Amino acid sequence: MRTIRFILQKEFLQIFRNKSMLRIILVIPIVQLLVLSNAANYEIKNLAIDVVDHDHSAWSQRLVNKLTASGYFKIYRHSFDRKAAFEDLELDKADIVLMIPPHFERDLVRENEATLQLLVNAINGSKAGLANGYANSIIRDFNQGIRTEWLAMDKHSGPAVIDVTYSNWFNVRLDYKVFMVPGILVALVTMIAAFLSGMNIVKEKEIGTIEQLNVTPIRKHHFILGKLIPFWIVALFELAFGLLIGKLVFSLPIGGSLWLIFLFAAVYLWVMLGMGLLISTFTETQQQAMFIAWFFVIIFLLMSGLFTPVENMPQWAQTLTWFNPIAYFVKVIRMVLLKGSDWGNIQSYLLIMLAYALVMNGVAILNYRKTS
Amino acid sequence: MRQFFVFARKEFYHIFRDRRTLLILFGMPIVQVIIFGFAITNEIKNADIAVLDQSKDHYSARLIQKLTAGSYFRIDRNLQTPKTIEAAFREGRIKMAVVIPPRFGQDFFHLRKAQVQLLADAGDPNTATTLVNYARAIIGNYQQELNGPAALPLTINTTVRMQYNPALKSVFLFVPGVMTLILLLVSAMMTSITIAREKELGTMEILLVSPLPPHLIVMGKVVPYIVLSFINALVILAMGVWIFGMPVKGSVVLLLAECVLFVLTSLGLGILISTVTDKQQTAMMASMMGLLMPTVLLSGFIFPVESMPKPLQWLSNIMPAKWFIIILKDIMLKGSGLREVWPQTLLLTGMTIFFIVLSIRKFKIRLS
Amino acid sequence: MQPIVTNALTKKFGSFIATNAITFEVKQGEIFGFLGANGAGKTTAMRMLCGLLRPSSGTAKVAGYDVYTQADKVKQNIGYMSQRFSLYEDLKVKENIRFYGGIYGLRNGEIKEKTERLLQKLGMEAEADQLVSALPLGWKQKLAFSVAILHDPSIVFLDEPTGGVDPVTRRQFWDLIYEAANRGVTVFVTTHYMDEAEYCDRVSIMVDGRIQALDTPRQLKAQFGAESMDDVFLQLARGK
Repeated sequence: MRTIRFILQKEFLQIFRNKSMLRIILVIPIVQLLVLSNAANYEIKNLAIDVVDHDHSAWSQRLVNKLTASGYFKIYRHSFDRKAAFEDLELDKADIVLMIPPHFERDLVRENEATLQLLVNAINGSKAGLANGYANSIIRDFNQGIRTEWLAMDKHSGPAVIDVTYSNWFNVRLDYKVFMVPGILVALVTMIAAFLSGMNIVKEKEIGTIEQLNVTPIRKHHFILGKLIPFWIVALFELAFGLLIGKLVFSLPIGGSLWLIFLFAAVYLWVMLGMGLLISTFTETQQQAMFIAWFFVIIFLLMSGLFTPVENMPQWAQTLTWFNPIAYFVKVIRMVLLKGSDWGNIQSYLLIMLAYALVMNGVAILNYRKTS
Repeated sequence: MRQFFVFARKEFYHIFRDRRTLLILFGMPIVQVIIFGFAITNEIKNADIAVLDQSKDHYSARLIQKLTAGSYFRIDRNLQTPKTIEAAFREGRIKMAVVIPPRFGQDFFHLRKAQVQLLADAGDPNTATTLVNYARAIIGNYQQELNGPAALPLTINTTVRMQYNPALKSVFLFVPGVMTLILLLVSAMMTSITIAREKELGTMEILLVSPLPPHLIVMGKVVPYIVLSFINALVILAMGVWIFGMPVKGSVVLLLAECVLFVLTSLGLGILISTVTDKQQTAMMASMMGLLMPTVLLSGFIFPVESMPKPLQWLSNIMPAKWFIIILKDIMLKGSGLREVWPQTLLLTGMTIFFIVLSIRKFKIRLS
Repeated sequence: MQPIVTNALTKKFGSFIATNAITFEVKQGEIFGFLGANGAGKTTAMRMLCGLLRPSSGTAKVAGYDVYTQADKVKQNIGYMSQRFSLYEDLKVKENIRFYGGIYGLRNGEIKEKTERLLQKLGMEAEADQLVSALPLGWKQKLAFSVAILHDPSIVFLDEPTGGVDPVTRRQFWDLIYEAANRGVTVFVTTHYMDEAEYCDRVSIMVDGRIQALDTPRQLKAQFGAESMDDVFLQLARGK
């Protein structure tokens, strides 16, 4: 045990002596947490809309007002000019074009029916979907409004309705930051664990100091523990710091027990550390180690549900997330923080992580040979 | 000039001898594009919901059936009492709960108004909003169906045309994004690391005492990576076209030229990183931590730039990735030419020159 | 009991025989020079003796411990300094000493006391708080040697310890080696400098995985009718 203490001491000295690395480990993540948490937001306000109004009636004007009043749309151009509107769409100046045909109001009154046309710039499929959804629901409301007015329809003579009420649980204000902060925190902590641990061992190989360590009586597991524990501590510390910032700056709710989060993180980090270790056992240079770690971390990260929900992925990809440690942590940290999930809810995930950590580190240690 | 080629050749040897790195350089982008092209999407399918049907009549049963008929919702469980709703959410699987109060059918036909309550897990606000919208649309249709075919007066029909991407494939958005991300990271990381590596192993000194001027040395190190990254770009483009059916409506030559430009921008960034670090670890962490998350989050790759707060929208302007994604999408999907994308092109060119000039200056300072 | 005893120690890599049945003994307190051209199998032999590499066949005992079964005991009792620089450049002189002392299980008091003595002996008290990267190469090598014998091993293995060091420093380095040998430490050293071979008590010369000659420098010169160890070496190396 004393040996580990000396290795730990050495590792910490090296970490703290490398000022530029320290900045990267400590400052960049915090800055990113502060800045990037604001970036992740799907709620689109102020979509640029071009209105081509060939009707110029009271109703068409009312519809346009209703669109802008909603806050979702901002008029970019209001004209008769179809071509200009197309061009705006082409140049990304406008996200959506609303065509109001001539005699819109008249048709509606006489024929009981009129048609509006929406052109949506659909390159960004999800944005297009949202824009379309907003526009349609506003038009629907508008329709309902004029219908009620025109026919003086009241609730009892009109058709029966299903009244849909909805409420947003766990995040009443639909604050996206509350959703993203825990996720980004996971990403940052993960990078530290996965990259630095493995790289650090490969670095000793590359510089040649490992040779010296190998002839000392250091035991395999002492060496490995000594290499991994510092980053485990740094990562946990960073998690704590990040949560504090989340709480203070983004008023992150802490619904469940913080102990549960740290318990889970403690186990989870061993999975990532083990991965770094495993990578270090079959690479010779830091460059190789890093590229391989990078490959897995990017895949794990982008498929973790951090940015896009896991549920949206095709079935095969969802199956793959069973093997994605980041996905578990992202899920659990959000569950505990936002929904106040308790031990019973995350127990099974914790067990999976534990098994994962054991397998990962077991394989890595088998692979790591002090004597060849 | 001859010396320069000798030097560049040495770099090629380094790269090609190192099979593992080579495999990573070419294999990984391919795997990543495939995985992400298929897996990252914002289209919600099969969201798990819980249903609490307190009326259990014919009409409520049909409503539930309607909800699950499309591919949007999948019933994870049927709840019996309202008290169990929260616990169900805590387990983390269900995204929404649909509560149908007692006497749904009766209320609808006799009181002409029935209630349905949607409880969404707004932990993920986007999914919550989208699911609620889907559900409301489905319930709205069901209501119309129950009311019979009698046409309503004053009906506004809306026809929608999705320009440029009629099927709303998110692949069209994500492939350019993934391509940009991978090109940027691979190029910037590779260059920053190789230079840092020479510094760390002490071989940089040897090179610096050679008669080659320093900028040629750096160029010699970078040229092979320009070639490699360009090949990578070609492979990714080819996959976008043949595997994901991305169109290339604009000029292929222009597209390739823009790829070269972006590769240069990324390499410039890599060189800049390497001038301020002298350890591989630091170079790597700087390009990873400094580039990965900001590129993913600020480039408009996943999250729309428009929905960011103003300061971040300004900040996103300094992300080279943002401009390249716009260029890619415009050329490929809209068929834009240089006439349309020149501002972005000019910006990227400017950034590239800026990175390179800055690194040369830093490099000189270090030498003196 | 001799500190190093080997019998037909062999290491094969596939069909390539790196060390071919070498048999020798090294006596207590002896400076044993282990010579050979590059690729002759020196490093392989040395790695086997240090417990870094498992022999293919034959036996070897180092400090009385079997290299097959008691590699850990062997490691506890030897010091090692490799041709590649083995101290951490980003640690201070004192911190390096403390680290290596610690992993050999020295108590804190001991480490402190030995650190002081070591720095005093090397005349490096002023540099105790400097980063190793700031030291000149010669100093680094002397420091590395002192650190390698910090835990008072009975044997120290030196793998080309003076590569790239100026003659004056080399001389000082050998003074350190003599001093250690006088204290009874067995020194096992590989080198390419033939003048250094002359400093050894006994010298073995390996050619193509075998030990072709083993004796005192004086005897070897007599045996080969040579003027210097240089000649002995050249004759043997060409003779193949």
